[in-house]
Amino acid sequence: MSGLGNIIKKELKELLTPATFVPIIIVALIFGTMGGSIQGIQEQAKEKPIIGVINMDNGKLSYITTNILNTSTQVIFNSSYISDKQNGVDALKQKNGVALIIIPENFTKQILNGQQGQIEIYWIMKGSGLMDIISSSIFQSLIAYINTNISEELIQANSSINASFVLNPTQKIETTYLKDREFKGLSPDAIASMLSSQSILIPIVIMMIIIMAGSIVITSMALEKENKTLETLLTLPVNRTSIVTGKIVAAAIIGLLLSVIYMAGMSFYFQGLGMSSGTNIAQYGLTPTFQDYIIIGISLFVTLIAGLALCMLIGTFAKSYKSAQTLTFPITMLALIPMFITMFADYDTLPFALKIFTFAIPFSHPMIAPRALIFHDYITVIGGIVYVLIFAIITISIVVWIFKTDRLLVGSTRMKKLKGQLSKFKKF
Amino acid sequence: MIAVEVKNLVKNYGSIEAVKGISFNVNEGEIFGLIGPNGAGKTTVLRVVSTLLKINSGSVKILNYDMEKEADKIRKIISYLPEDAGAYKNLTGRAYLQFIANFFDPKQKEQMVQKGIEIAELGERIDDRVDTYSKGMMRRLLVGRALMINPKLAILDEPTSGLDVINAQEIRKLIKNTAKKGTTVLLSSHNMLEVEYLCERIALISDGRILEEGEPKTLMDKYKANNIEEVFMRVVQK
Repeated sequence: MSGLGNIIKKELKELLTPATFVPIIIVALIFGTMGGSIQGIQEQAKEKPIIGVINMDNGKLSYITTNILNTSTQVIFNSSYISDKQNGVDALKQKNGVALIIIPENFTKQILNGQQGQIEIYWIMKGSGLMDIISSSIFQSLIAYINTNISEELIQANSSINASFVLNPTQKIETTYLKDREFKGLSPDAIASMLSSQSILIPIVIMMIIIMAGSIVITSMALEKENKTLETLLTLPVNRTSIVTGKIVAAAIIGLLLSVIYMAGMSFYFQGLGMSSGTNIAQYGLTPTFQDYIIIGISLFVTLIAGLALCMLIGTFAKSYKSAQTLTFPITMLALIPMFITMFADYDTLPFALKIFTFAIPFSHPMIAPRALIFHDYITVIGGIVYVLIFAIITISIVVWIFKTDRLLVGSTRMKKLKGQLSKFKKF
Repeated sequence: MIAVEVKNLVKNYGSIEAVKGISFNVNEGEIFGLIGPNGAGKTTVLRVVSTLLKINSGSVKILNYDMEKEADKIRKIISYLPEDAGAYKNLTGRAYLQFIANFFDPKQKEQMVQKGIEIAELGERIDDRVDTYSKGMMRRLLVGRALMINPKLAILDEPTSGLDVINAQEIRKLIKNTAKKGTTVLLSSHNMLEVEYLCERIALISDGRILEEGEPKTLMDKYKANNIEEVFMRVVQK
């Protein structure tokens, strides 16, 4: 074999390890899943929005409006009586409807008299994530289209009409129903925008805390092995639980310190982008209360401990600083997945399987908690805290058990057996 | 009194049998050496005695404490120096010694650190970060760490490994003095001359078994050898 061939063979042998391929395979799977989700969104965007219409006006302009609605949407509820409003809202809630449109009886007359015609829109919002406003956004553009059609009709009938009025002949009066709460004067877009600072900032900060503190723990374990300090530590008169707890607590403190610095930077960044929460959130009761903040804090603390225990468990497999860098990958992925999910979707409106998957990831819970608490969903949040606490206790117990066995120093004997058997097999 | 009592010790790593039924005793205040080639099982025995590894069968007692049931008590009276041990690189030599002393009697903490500094003989460099130390300086710091706590049993794996002749000799003298003050020493070494100089009794290990045990002089007489190296060769070839 030539020198070049020999070098290539050696390099390939060194590089063709599970540590090289597993992360890439996971990334490929995640991108595949994300692609599937985007396809789902595109399909959702193509579907006609489901609406209900109460038309109390017999004029020409309401005819234009209902005609557009009948062509471009799926109207499942039709009435000409305002008393049917609640029935309409209920029917739409049952059939995943987007909105109930009410055209008042003097709609055409008002517009023809040079006054804006009012269109009452009762939005049905299932969740507060960005994905949950796709249908309502489609319908918003339809309302704009109706406006344009009425404008055209008015210009054709009277070319000397007031320009500023003709460009805006209708006025929307919006009310949004979201999780049994009524928001008068707010559209789904406005609510989603109000909650965006929470849905973006909090998951990013939590993800950063977990990744930073997690890598500290994994690296610390790897350095103990690489610097050969672990053997000495394990022969000192200190119990294994104290070693494990000490490492986790120290990493948690550093993680929290780093996150405070990070959070300060991020909040300035979002303020710069105009994405800060503003004052309107509090006015509409869309901010967590003091009690909610305490629950979020507990959720974050328990999650941090669970996350660090998991990192400690992973860290026991690290042999060197280099291998520790690879081992932080699963933690990064476990923090990124719920971050993206909670940034773009509402946990409540996720498909069942995705809901279970998200719940199973311990890092999801402090990301889910703020929005869930705003809508008084204490069961999800408290359930999440209990789950993460159990997860943390089990993981810490496993880590302490590993510290009490030989595995930390000599690795898994099962793996050694398997390797031994494989080498015997190769000889044949 | 017997300080270390090892009976029929078996230790396997998966399908690999590292130690195959070893038995030996170390008397209190004695320096006992385990001698053997690489892979003979010396380090495994020392790791077992220092409570790091679980045994597959047999029994190990340190000053009457049972290894399997009373490991926590054993850790209070032993000190282990691994062959390729390191220290926390971000700490200074002094801070490292203080960190270790914190695990022991708080009343004797300052005394221990002072003793560690004296043993390490690093001068002003004791206040430098460990990652600036040479291999010899690091080893002296670690020997200081191992002996400063006045252990009842010091387990030293290749204590002079990587040291130059002068440093190695200083460490050997130190070990001898420590034993004179009552500390029992169990050590391993490749260096037969070192063992001959240091140890009152030795055990020759090969392939996980003790092939011969006794005082160096007695063994040299028995095998009509000029030194332990020759004894070892004759025992292995027997």
